[in-house]
Formats: sequence, structure tokens, C-alpha cells
Amino acid sequence: MNRRPVFLISVLCFGFAFFYIPILSMMVYSFNGSRLATVWGGFSTKWYVSLLSNKQVLAALVLSLKIAVVSATCATILGTMAGFVLARFRRFRGRTMFSGLVTAPLIMPEVITGISLLMFFILMANWTGWPGTRGFTTVTLAHITFSMVFVATVVQARVAQADRSIEEAAMDLGARPWQVLRDVTLPTIFPAILSGWLLAFTISLDDVVITSFTTGPGSTTLPLLIWSKVKLGVTPDINALATITVVVVGLGVALAGIIMLRAEKRRLSDERMAFRAND
Amino acid sequence: MTQPAPSRLGRWFHRRGWADLLIGLPYVWLVALFLLPFLIVLAMSVATRAPTAPPFAFGGDYPWVNLRGYGRLFTDDLYIRTFLISATNAGFATVLCLLLGYPMALGLTRMPKSWRNLLLMLVILPFWTSFLLRVYAWMGLLGKSSWFNQGLTSAWNWLVPADWAVSSLPLMHSNFAVVLVMVYTYLPFMILPLYASLERLDPTLDEAAMDLGSRPFRVFLDVTLPQSVPGIIAGGLLVFIPAAGELVIPTLVGDSSAPMIGRVISDEFSAVNDWPMASTVAVALLILMVGPTMIWSRYQARAEGLAEEAK
Repeated sequence: MNRRPVFLISVLCFGFAFFYIPILSMMVYSFNGSRLATVWGGFSTKWYVSLLSNKQVLAALVLSLKIAVVSATCATILGTMAGFVLARFRRFRGRTMFSGLVTAPLIMPEVITGISLLMFFILMANWTGWPGTRGFTTVTLAHITFSMVFVATVVQARVAQADRSIEEAAMDLGARPWQVLRDVTLPTIFPAILSGWLLAFTISLDDVVITSFTTGPGSTTLPLLIWSKVKLGVTPDINALATITVVVVGLGVALAGIIMLRAEKRRLSDERMAFRAND
Repeated sequence: MTQPAPSRLGRWFHRRGWADLLIGLPYVWLVALFLLPFLIVLAMSVATRAPTAPPFAFGGDYPWVNLRGYGRLFTDDLYIRTFLISATNAGFATVLCLLLGYPMALGLTRMPKSWRNLLLMLVILPFWTSFLLRVYAWMGLLGKSSWFNQGLTSAWNWLVPADWAVSSLPLMHSNFAVVLVMVYTYLPFMILPLYASLERLDPTLDEAAMDLGSRPFRVFLDVTLPQSVPGIIAGGLLVFIPAAGELVIPTLVGDSSAPMIGRVISDEFSAVNDWPMASTVAVALLILMVGPTMIWSRYQARAEGLAEEAK
């Protein structure tokens, strides 16, 4: 369309202002010298200093990262298996229920997942003695369960798109099945596995509701610590924490974007070279 | 669709028993940690509250189930109000997301190609930062003494007659705040499916309609809008479903005298220690959500059927 869509562009500008003004405001106020979180009292970095010397925050961060790494890794293994099964195995007993079990957690409200897992853990502890205390293990089990279905969805889409004739060709050329898996299938779906891991890692690191139900005394993750603080109101050190989070995530996403763009460009030029070589 | 012949790789999987492992491990995991806990919720919703630990009991007379909880959903004012408030808040948030997200998605498709990826990344970026911190950012803006509230207050005082003037607008702890923050946090879920369905549209259709003398707004109504219905439904569900069960937003910025379902489930469970009633409300929330989801999957099945026929 040649006409400039003035209306659409102004809505777009409004939308981006809406997305970013609250975050920017929060970042500016993290440098506020005043104890009152919303009244400006001069520039200061004291909240960063007090945040970084806060042992509770650091311990919570370490716990969150541990849970996120372990649960994202397990969720990626289980989710990749499930996604592969859904894309490749058309018929097996219980397939309908299997795909239902992979879809349902995606739309299950977090509160319900939370109370169902808490009741499950309490009843299990009553009947079998396990889990004796709730904490790292129960939170990790819960995180694996709800993030593996996200991984499965991402991997399933990639496996369904992948060209199977390459695998057939490799088999025809005498590759053994496990060689095909290792050298053809796995590299093809690797980007999906990687983005699945990142997704699982992020949602584990971000989760409040399910963690708050499945954790026990002494195991406070970073989101839970923030949650218990912000329920009481706005505090300047949380502003500082939020600013650090936004900067780290922003840099991470930008870096990932650049790497993916480069890889895509390289792939395209490789393809072009291959076509030219064929001519 | 015809079934593709099983590949040799597939046959190898089945012959060596690898398939059983691939299917079995995630299957067992999800049955144990998703299906079983969910069945506990279903069973608990018909149990009776008891002063034991854990606080429930089955039993008494045949048929051993207690449907009084479900009765209370329709007779107790608290639950009726909760469901109405949740549906209204989530409904308003969905409509506002659509009204803001649709022009944004359409605007994105009209941007030069080189800009689009950057702008899309800017839409997704807030999604990667912590959900909790995005809600928290609004707590800073809505509070009485913040620059945002004070700015809006001056605008309000300037607009209305002098005796309506206020020292600050009561933005925090209101349904308004809940809807606003829901729109803020769920808008990307609306924009992305809309963008996906709008980007596929053929721009020559627009031009054809324009050449035939339609005005731009009529082109939008007759050509663009009908073709983007799947995106609207997908985006609407992606916003409505999590918004209806939301717990974090109403707890932080909501009006505690007008609770939403998520809050009630959590309170019944943790504060009141009434597991059966918490489970009953949870089941009711799921039933409320099943309706829209069924409509969506039926619509999608029909759309796929039409696409198959067209082939």
C-alpha cells in the first residue's frame, strides 16, 4: 500500500510507549536516593550496593538458578522425547491421551496446578513417607512437569517440519540407525531443543505461583522473595533488582537474536553455494 | 491425509524397543505428576471438610460424595460475585487487548521488512523479562504519589468542575488496575497470533478492492477482518484463559473486596484450609474455561476440514 498508514503507526507508537514506559520508569527510580520509592530524591546507587550485599537475595538467586538449570535440562530431555513421539509415531496405544496430557498443562491455570501438586505431595508424604520435606526436589519436579510440555510443543513443530528424505538417504547410503539419529536427526532439530531449553529455563526462573505452593520453609527462590516483598508495596531495592534483570535479559535476547540472524544468513549462503555447485 | 509409510528408522525404533522408552518415560511422568494430582483435585471437590490433617474425609452415607460444595457455588454470594468479577475483568482485558493489539499487528505488517524483526523482538522482549516485575512496574506507576498518578490527577482536575477535584486518583487496588495490568502483560499474546494471521494475507486483495473503489475502512471490514478471524480467536483465548485464572495481578494491584477466582482458590486452600471447597472452585474454573476452548477447537477442526476440501 502506498498510502502512509498514519493511524496504524500512531497506535504502534502508543503501544510501544505502553510497553516500555513502566519499565523505564522503574529503571529510573532504581537510582532514586529517597527512601520513598515514588518520590524523587536525587541520584544514588545505594540500592544497588545494598542489594548486592544482601545475602538473602544472593542465596535466593543461587537457588533459583540451580532449580532452573536442573529442571530445564530434565524438561528438555523429557519434552524432546514427547515432541518427537507426537511428530513421528502416528499410531500407538493411548496416543490420544498422550497428546491430551501434553496439551492440558499448557492451558491449566497455575493456581490449579499449584494446589493439585501440593495436595499430591502432602498425600504422598502421608501414605509413603516421601517427600519428607518440601523444597528443592518438589519445586524442581513441579517445574519439570509444566515446562516439559512447552519443550514438547516447540520440538514437535520442528520435527514435523524436518525433511525425512534426508534420513532415508542416509540410511540408503549405509548409515546405521543410531548414526542417522546422531548425525542427521539431532542436528536438524537442535535449534528447537536449544530454544526449548531456554524457554524452560526462563519459565522456571520466572515462576511464582506453582513454586509458592510446592516449596517449603527454607527454600525461597528469587521470585518468591520478590513476591513476599512486593506484596507489602513498592521498595527501591526491588527497583534495582528489576533493572538488573531487564538489562541482563535485554542483552541476552539481543545476543541470541544476533547469533540466530548470523546462523540464518550463513545457512542461506551455504544453500546458495550448494545450488551453484549443482549447476 | 494418507498415512506415510513407516520409515526404516521408525521400524528400527519399534524393533529395538526404543519406541517404548521414548513414549513411556514422558507418559509415566505426566500421568504421575499431572494426571494423578488433577484426579486428586476432582476427587477432593466431592470430599467433605474434616478437622483432621489433611483436612478432608470421604465417607458417610452412600454415594460417599458430597456435592454441597457445588451447591454453594450457586447459592453463596461470594462465589457468584467472584465468578462474575473474574469473567468481567478477563473479558474487558481481552477486548482491550484486541482493540490495541489488532492495529499494532496490522501496523507491523505494513512496516518495511528490515524493521519488522526488530519491532517484533521489541514486542516479545517484555515477555522474556519477569512477569512479576512487569506487574511490579505498574505498582510504581499507579501509587498515589507517583509521577504517573499525579500527572493523570492534574489532567483530571483540569477537565472536571472544581468540586470534583481530587488530590490523587484511586488507581491502585481497583478492577481498573487489574484490567490495565492484564492488558499490559498479555498484549504480546494477542499481537503475535494476529500478526501471524495478518502477515499471510495477500496484499493484492486489498489493492484489488481499492481499485474497485472501496474506501480503506470498507476494505478493512470486508477483506482484512474476515480473513483474520482465526488470529482473533487464538489471541482472544490466549489472553482470556490465563487472565480468568490470574492470581498474581489481582493480589498485587487488585481490590481485595472484589476477589478473582485464582485468589479465592488460593485463599480457600491456604488461609481457610478448606481443601474440598478450593477444589470445587478449581473444577468450576476449568468448566468455565472448557467452553471457549471447545468452540475454538471445533472452529479449527472445521477450518482444517475446509482447507482439506479445497485441496
